[in-house]
Amino acid sequence: MNLPKTISIINGHLIDPANQIDEPRDLHIADGRILAIGSTPEGFNAEQTIDASGLIVCPGLVDLSARLREPVQEHKATIASETAAAAKSGITTLCCPPDTHPVIDTPAVAEMIQRKAQQSGLCRVLPIGALTKDLGGKQLSEMVALKQAGCIVLSNALTPISNTLIERRALEYAATFGITVFLRPEDPYLRNQGCAHEGPVAAHLGLPGIPGAAETVAIARDLALAEQTGCRIHFCRLSCGTAVSKIDQSNLPVTADVAAYQLFLTEDDLIGFDSNCHVIPPLRSHSDREALRQGVADGTISAICSSHQPHELDAKEAPFPSTAPGISGLETLLPLTLKLVDEGLLTLSDAISRITHGPADILGLPLGQLSIGSSADICLFNPRQQWQLTTDEMLSNGHNTPFLGCKFTGQVTHTLLEGRVTYHREADTQSI
Amino acid sequence: MISPKESNIQLDTQGKLKHFLTIDGLDRELLTEILDTAESFAGVSERTVKKVPLLRGKIITNLFFETSTRTRTTFELAAKRLSADVLSLNISASSTSKGETLLDTLRNLEAMHCDMFVVRHTDSGAAHFIAQHTAPHISVINAGDGRHAHPTQAMLDMFTIRRHKGEFSPLKVAIVGDIQHSRVARSQILALNTLGVEEVRIIGPATLMPGHAERMGVKVFHNLEEGIQDVDVIIMLRLQRERMSGALLPSEHEYYQLYGLTDRRLEAAKPDAIVMHPGPINRGVEMDSQVADGPRSVILQQVSYGIAVRMAVMAMTMHTQGGAQ
Repeated sequence: MNLPKTISIINGHLIDPANQIDEPRDLHIADGRILAIGSTPEGFNAEQTIDASGLIVCPGLVDLSARLREPVQEHKATIASETAAAAKSGITTLCCPPDTHPVIDTPAVAEMIQRKAQQSGLCRVLPIGALTKDLGGKQLSEMVALKQAGCIVLSNALTPISNTLIERRALEYAATFGITVFLRPEDPYLRNQGCAHEGPVAAHLGLPGIPGAAETVAIARDLALAEQTGCRIHFCRLSCGTAVSKIDQSNLPVTADVAAYQLFLTEDDLIGFDSNCHVIPPLRSHSDREALRQGVADGTISAICSSHQPHELDAKEAPFPSTAPGISGLETLLPLTLKLVDEGLLTLSDAISRITHGPADILGLPLGQLSIGSSADICLFNPRQQWQLTTDEMLSNGHNTPFLGCKFTGQVTHTLLEGRVTYHREADTQSI
Repeated sequence: MISPKESNIQLDTQGKLKHFLTIDGLDRELLTEILDTAESFAGVSERTVKKVPLLRGKIITNLFFETSTRTRTTFELAAKRLSADVLSLNISASSTSKGETLLDTLRNLEAMHCDMFVVRHTDSGAAHFIAQHTAPHISVINAGDGRHAHPTQAMLDMFTIRRHKGEFSPLKVAIVGDIQHSRVARSQILALNTLGVEEVRIIGPATLMPGHAERMGVKVFHNLEEGIQDVDVIIMLRLQRERMSGALLPSEHEYYQLYGLTDRRLEAAKPDAIVMHPGPINRGVEMDSQVADGPRSVILQQVSYGIAVRMAVMAMTMHTQGGAQ
């Protein structure tokens, strides 16, 4: 099949926060890159024209955390299934955390994931390398080898390094080679066996609690070490309000992200022991949620991610504390972010920035933007189309989401990766 | 954000008890009905023939994923007095250790045509999970799930209180000890508040108190004498030995010095105050032997009433299945 090498996207409303564009503009693509914005360049002949009337045209989404479950956990999901779900959701770049089996602590695993992703060809997959060997928090990983194998950042995923000295050395070593480190701030001792926010709901349900201090203690420690070592650190999946203010008040160049669901759900959603609301860090109080939203609005939190964690049905079919934590989130990243616009928290341009330019900036990559010459990673969506999230609608193998049955406004119609259409939804295939 | 949760799964469409999982969501009328029904069964134990034929032909399965002697025995006795056939399974020692999932265990027992599961499990929410996933004709009774609920224990405590004190509304009740890790305390607090007592107090050091206790409708005290001042009922909780290793308390000795109930301390309570304990007692830790065996203690009555209350709950939940009587 011959793919068109030149594409024009016409009549759409272009939103590109990186270049402060928010107006009707046409977009012209050649050889996988943005060739021109606005009027058609002389001599340009589009082999394919996409009529984007009534649609928003924005950079393809960049997701800082999506688990694909391959290798080994193919009963949960595969790179093929999850990158298809990503393409359907307008996501063109996603970062895969290192807590795969085996862990991404060798170039071989990093390369294998990228190779499989390239075979599917639906989404750019950036493996995140392990900060320590086997995420064990004892021995540093071969950071430079991992970087050379395509790991753009390093992280210890959901396993905090309990030994402060080892964290210091890991950050120092990473800083030597200019590697950004993603930290999920959590004090493992305060987390203990907890599975829910230590608040009135956990007290009522008798669920072992995780206090907000588990996060703030770790943030205080990590900030001190970032200052000491000069390492560029990024905080993943904030869950409590005091964490946001601690980061806001620090004078260090640290960044932070939040999972989209964390901006909507609270501890109250655990009532009835809904295992689809079992997530780590846990869903916290209303005031925490408001502070997180405020952090997103003022830019302290510059990225919203899916924190996609697909699971098979059995993983959630057990009493709450025994279920696997995590929400299948790829397919609700854009709709939930757009909901923040409906609710008046963000302008549409700022909302798009948090899922494109914001995360790309954290990675230090020239993605999430539609500058001339940049990769033609593009998302087109109908901002007025209403739809309902159902298991039939989902492409992810993980159906573990508390948003099943929810109605959303704003639906992706086309996704382009490097100038190739990786997803196209026929008009009105599902409307309500 | 999410659509409203299912309505109370404990009740059928007529508002009758189908499962008994937690006190939460049950109203005063229903709790009173349980107590009244238990009252009618209390006499059965004193007869020479200690059986009624209410659940003849029914199979009741005790599913204990966590070991228990007392609770399992009283459930067995209650089922036998209702003429049901009883199976008691100690699951922690069989299926789950072979890797069978909880759902598989349930499906197998359903295939044996059980009519009721009495469940004890270490996970909070386990009884809810089983009730949500079991076949529609099966009733589930929670015999203790994690730190969440132990509603039959709470109801036998309410039964004991009503037998001794009559009306609930003027009563002040103090619960002493490890509230944070106690499913018994959670269910007692809900039951006492639903039945409308004047005041519920919880007493213990902050390491044993649940966070946001005030939202549970209780007053928190850290001093035993202050906490039991003028109360009508004192409920002492069992202090689990393993709490000593987790830095929650410095030592049994210090705990007894601060929170152990003695005859002298009991003087702060009302002169006719009763002393309760869900058992088994750690003598010399939670309370002095003089108190445990003294005239104010109703601890052994709690055990006998436990059978009547469990009979009541079994009969009521099975009645909605249309099979009883």
